[in-house]
Amino acid sequence: MTQEKEHLILSQVSIDFPTPQGSFRALNKVNLKISKGEFVSIIGHSGCGKSTVLNIVAGLYQATEGGVILDGREVNQPGPERAVVFQNHSLLPWLSAYENVELAVKQVFRGKKSRAEMKDWIMHNLKLVHMDHAMHKRPAEISGGMKQRVGIARALAMEPQVLLLDEPFGALDALTRAHLQDSMMEIQANLGNTVIMITHDVDEAVLLSDRIVMMSNGPAATVGEILEVKLPRPRNRVAMAEDPEYIRCRQAVLRFLYERHGRAEKAEQPTVVTAETPASSATESSVAASEEPAAVGAAVIEMKKKQPKAA
Amino acid sequence: MDTKHNFQTYIAPLLGILVFLVIWQIGAPRIQTSLGAVPGPVQVAGQFGQLVNEHWTERTKAKEFYQRQEERNAQKLAEDPQAEVKIRPYTGRKTFFDQILTSLVTVMVGFILAALIAIPLGIAAGLSPTIYAALNPLIQLFKPVSPLAWLPIVTMIVSAVYSGNDPMLDKSFINSAITVLLCCLWPTLINTTVGVANISPDLQNVSKVLRLNRWTYIRKIVLPSAIPMIFTGLRLSLGIAWMVLIAAEMLAQNPGLGKFVWDEFQNGSSDSLGRIMVAVLVIGLIGFALDRGMLMLQRKVSWDKSAALR
Repeated sequence: MTQEKEHLILSQVSIDFPTPQGSFRALNKVNLKISKGEFVSIIGHSGCGKSTVLNIVAGLYQATEGGVILDGREVNQPGPERAVVFQNHSLLPWLSAYENVELAVKQVFRGKKSRAEMKDWIMHNLKLVHMDHAMHKRPAEISGGMKQRVGIARALAMEPQVLLLDEPFGALDALTRAHLQDSMMEIQANLGNTVIMITHDVDEAVLLSDRIVMMSNGPAATVGEILEVKLPRPRNRVAMAEDPEYIRCRQAVLRFLYERHGRAEKAEQPTVVTAETPASSATESSVAASEEPAAVGAAVIEMKKKQPKAA
Repeated sequence: MDTKHNFQTYIAPLLGILVFLVIWQIGAPRIQTSLGAVPGPVQVAGQFGQLVNEHWTERTKAKEFYQRQEERNAQKLAEDPQAEVKIRPYTGRKTFFDQILTSLVTVMVGFILAALIAIPLGIAAGLSPTIYAALNPLIQLFKPVSPLAWLPIVTMIVSAVYSGNDPMLDKSFINSAITVLLCCLWPTLINTTVGVANISPDLQNVSKVLRLNRWTYIRKIVLPSAIPMIFTGLRLSLGIAWMVLIAAEMLAQNPGLGKFVWDEFQNGSSDSLGRIMVAVLVIGLIGFALDRGMLMLQRKVSWDKSAALR
């Protein structure tokens, strides 16, 4: 059990970015332990560094201090055992859905699977995300939701120990997003992957996660609170809306985001950038500081609007 | 809407050409030169017909020459089977159309060699900021140099390095091709560099997560995503190559279109201006055709069919 508990450890992770004004501490002493098969969401206002956390786990950024340990080994470069689903799909536009997954499979299973086995495995993963019907289409020929499905298939096909989702459904419309969230729950129930998902959507976080990590605002952002979501699986979004535990979790997250770290106007905007650059987060925080009272007011109104919907 | 579209695609261009021809026909005879009046479109069309005739006459002569030679040799062999027969190539005048062919071969050799150098170099410079920093001053320095400045140096170097009793290729051909190469290297090099350097960071991240090795990365990600920019560069290069070639041929005396123009100019007959005008129009048409050819190649090779292909 202890072994399982320590599947993925983030220990005192801090990162500094160089800026013309000197080094900028984006993350300060982030600590997190994730067990195998757990679905963890990281939520926070845009610019708080949640994508930076993901990029450090992915190995795309190097922590300045502290480190990430996966199954007892330190993470210091990117690799397919920590597959990433990027916000804007990041499919190769010149390859079909099948070929995009194939590129990953050929890379990861070269010498381990025969040609036929690889083909089966690609098909299996495309079926998992319900994309086998359009597998010979290129990204430009399919919708945003379908592209994201292929992106998920590509990541799953790497058989990752940890699946990293960077605001995977952020750029999609509400209905498509709901579909993909259901697919993601189904896949996770079947495969039992360890998942870290970055999100700014409170409902998404509560619906999908076992635990929600709430991050304080930057600069020097860190883990503010961790909320355990004790909702039984499989979860149904319609039935869930009236579940007292769901409402409790939702409120806890909203309270953290808007009352204790109020920056409502940022949270309502879908983030388009995948990685928050230190420059943009620095300007955002200074803007937010000057508009603080107005922003908190807006947050209260926003909450009042949303609550009847949830109840 | 439909009529407007028809007007724009067919009628407007025809009108443009017509107006140009009318102005030319009216204006040309008013300008008197030492070689007579500047020819109008009708005279130029006449000259074109004459050039076609000359070509066929020359072809018939060549045919007759070879026929005579064959007969003569056959006769010789019949008289004395041990006789040595000589087979000489026909050394008649190169016609206008032979010269077009020479020009096309020269420009393609120079252009293809330039592409073979510029694309790999551009990929290297796009991938490595260090290589880019090293190359950039050289690119900026040599890019604006006129072909007329290169040619004397190229000529001297080629005559020093490429010598032999029976060279396989004409020196004038090599000089022209190398001058073309030196001038059309840069657009492809610069555009390839920019295309490679601007690969989306998301795709770079994908390749990092997949741990693609360098070669696979170049093959699977760099090349396809830079293809549209590479083609932009190649099209610019081919345009420049064709322009440079005419000038180079004039000076290097490579038997192509440039030499044709130069010879006619030196010749100074009353037909010369008309023949030069034919050459100008043909040069323009071939340049246009070369660009269309590159466009068709791009459509075939590039994945990005939506890119504006103009």
